[in-house]
Amino acid sequence: MESKKIILEAQNIEKYFYDPVKFQVLKKISFKAYQGEFLTLIGKSGSGKSTLLYCLSTMDTDYSGKIIIDGKTITGLKSNALANLRNSSIGFVFQFHYLLPEFSCLKNVMLPALKLKKYSYKEVEQKAYDSLKLLDLKDQALKPASKLSGGQQQRVSIARALINQPKIIMCDEPTGNLDSKNTNIVFDIFKQLAHDNNQTIIAVTHDNDFAQKSDRTIELADGEIISQGI
Amino acid sequence: MKNTNLDIALTHLITRKKQTMVAALGVLIGVGIYLFMNSLGNGFSSFTRSEIFKVSPQISIFKDDDISSPLLNSDNPKTKYIITNPQIISHSNTLLNPLKLLDNIKKEPYITNAIIQVDFNAFYNKGSSQIKGFGCGVDMIAFSDMFNTQKYMVAGELSNLPKSLNGIIIGSGIANKLSLSLGENLVVSSSYGITKTLKIVGIFTTGNKNTDDNKCYVNIATAQQFSKQNETYVSTIYANTNNPDKSIFYAKKLEELMPYKVEDWTITYSDILAGDRARFIMMRAISFSILFVASFGIYNILSSTIMQKINDIAILKAIGFTGNDVVKIFVMEGLLMGFIGICGGILFGSILIYIMQHVYVGEPVGYFPVYFELATFVQSIILGFIVTLCAGYFPAKKAADVDPVSIFRK
Repeated sequence: MESKKIILEAQNIEKYFYDPVKFQVLKKISFKAYQGEFLTLIGKSGSGKSTLLYCLSTMDTDYSGKIIIDGKTITGLKSNALANLRNSSIGFVFQFHYLLPEFSCLKNVMLPALKLKKYSYKEVEQKAYDSLKLLDLKDQALKPASKLSGGQQQRVSIARALINQPKIIMCDEPTGNLDSKNTNIVFDIFKQLAHDNNQTIIAVTHDNDFAQKSDRTIELADGEIISQGI
Repeated sequence: MKNTNLDIALTHLITRKKQTMVAALGVLIGVGIYLFMNSLGNGFSSFTRSEIFKVSPQISIFKDDDISSPLLNSDNPKTKYIITNPQIISHSNTLLNPLKLLDNIKKEPYITNAIIQVDFNAFYNKGSSQIKGFGCGVDMIAFSDMFNTQKYMVAGELSNLPKSLNGIIIGSGIANKLSLSLGENLVVSSSYGITKTLKIVGIFTTGNKNTDDNKCYVNIATAQQFSKQNETYVSTIYANTNNPDKSIFYAKKLEELMPYKVEDWTITYSDILAGDRARFIMMRAISFSILFVASFGIYNILSSTIMQKINDIAILKAIGFTGNDVVKIFVMEGLLMGFIGICGGILFGSILIYIMQHVYVGEPVGYFPVYFELATFVQSIILGFIVTLCAGYFPAKKAADVDPVSIFRK
C-alpha cells in the first residue's frame, strides 16, 4: 500500500455550517487516497461524510485546510479552473442518478467528453458507445434517459463518470436506490475499475456490506475520523 | 453537432416546443408591431414633409420689415432722448440685384435648386363675384423643377405659361368657384389696383385646399406689373438644399452672405413639425413598450425552465461545465426563441405594412403612407435581439449561480 502513488490528500479539513446555528461539521479531517484504491466513507447520518465528499469533489469550496489532487493543491483555485479539473480528472456517480432526461443515454455519456474537447465528436460517440457496451447497456443507447430503470440509469451515470477516464471517481450513495442485484453489479464494476483500470474510487455509503467488501473504509462520527481502515 | 452548449440549448427548446413557441410568439408580436408602427410613423413623417415641400421650399430669402427703434440713444450726455412710435421703416421689400444674388446662392455647394419669385395679393373676378387669393410670378419651368408642379396639373400645360405673356395657371378651387375652364379669360386685379385680363393656360390640384382655392401662377413680368414695380423687383428667392434636415444650418450660412432674412422650412412649419415629432415619439414609445413587454415572455419561460431544470444545471456543473457555459446555454435558448420570434415578427410586420399600403384613407393622403424601409427593418431586428438578449441573460445568470452541492444535498 505505502509504495502506491497518492492521488488525493486531505489536510486538516474543517468546515462549519452557519444555518440555523454555527456548527462544526468537519473537524481536522486528514487522510490520503491512493491510486487504484476502492475507498468507502461510512458513518451515521449527520457524521459529515457527504459534506466531506463534496469538499473533496471541488464543488464545495467553503472549508479551511488543504486538498491536494494528483499532486496539485486545488484549494483556492478559481471556479472555472475547478470546473475544468472536475471535467478532466473527477467522475461523479450520485444516489439519484441525475441524468439529463431529454437526452439519449448515449448523449448523456458523451457530454463530459464533448465538454473536454479532447476528441472529435465521432471518437467521443464511439467511446461512449463502447463504455455503454461494457456496462451491458448497448441496446438502451439511443433511448431517452428517463425511459430506463433505476439500475440501468445508475449504470449510464457510471458510464458518464468514466468517459474522460478520470483519475478519481466519487460516488454519493451509489447503491442507495438499488436492489441487491443491481448493487452487486455496481460493486463489481467499481472493483474492476479500481483494480484493472487503476482508478481511485471514493464512495460514500451507509451500506455496511458494500463498505466491507471495499479495499479500505474510513469511518466518520461527528465530523471526525474514528477509523482510517488499514 | 460541433457546439455542445448549442446542442443542449436546442434539445431544451425542441423538447419543450410549446413553451418555445409561446415565447417566440410574444417576440413575434412585439417585433411585428414595432416594425409596423415605426414604418407608419416614418411614413406619416415623410408624407407631412412631402406635403410641405409640395408648396414650400426648404429655404426662403426675403427682405424682412425693418422696425424703427422706439428709443434713440445718443453718446453725447447733453442730447436728449427721442422717443418715437415703432413703425415699419422699409420703403420697398425688393431684394437688390436679385439675379446676381440668385447666381451667388446657386454657387453654394449645398444648394441644389434656387428660383426667384414675385408675390402679390390677387383678386379673381368673374361678373360680380370676386375671390381673394395670392399670385406668384415665377419662371414656371424652374418652379416646376423645384416643386414638381407638373404632377398636379389637371388641365393644360405648364410650358404654355412662359409662351403666353398674358397666361395664368390657377388652382382648381378657383376654377370651380368661378366655373372657369381652360382657355377662358379671367380678370385679375391686385392690391395695388392693377387689373388685367389673363387667359387660363392651366389648372392644378395639389390636394391642399388653401393652395387650390387661392393660388395662381403668372409670369414674373406680369407679377411685377401687378405690384407696380419695374423688372428688377423680386420679393423672394426660394432655395432647396441637398439635405432638408440640415437646412437650418445652411440657412444660417446663407444669412451671413446677405443682408436679408433667410428662413428655413423647420421654422416656417415649426408647429406642424412639433406635432409630427410628438406623434413620432409617442409611436416609438408605445411600440417599444410592446416589444419590451413581449420580451418578458422569454424571461418568464426561461426562468421557469431554469427552475425545473435546476437538477440538470447542477449535474452539468458537476461534470465540468463552467458558469459561463451555463450562461451561454440559456442565453442561446433565449436568442433562439428570439430569432424565431424576430423572423416571424418581420414577416408579420411586413404583412401589416402590405395590408395598410392597400387601405385607402381618402384625399389628400390617398393610400396609407407606409413604406418598406430597410432602416426600420434593421432597427427592429437589432432591437429585437437586444431585448431578447437581456431577457435571456438575467435568468441565465441566475442559473449560472446555482450551487450544485445545495441541489445534491436536498
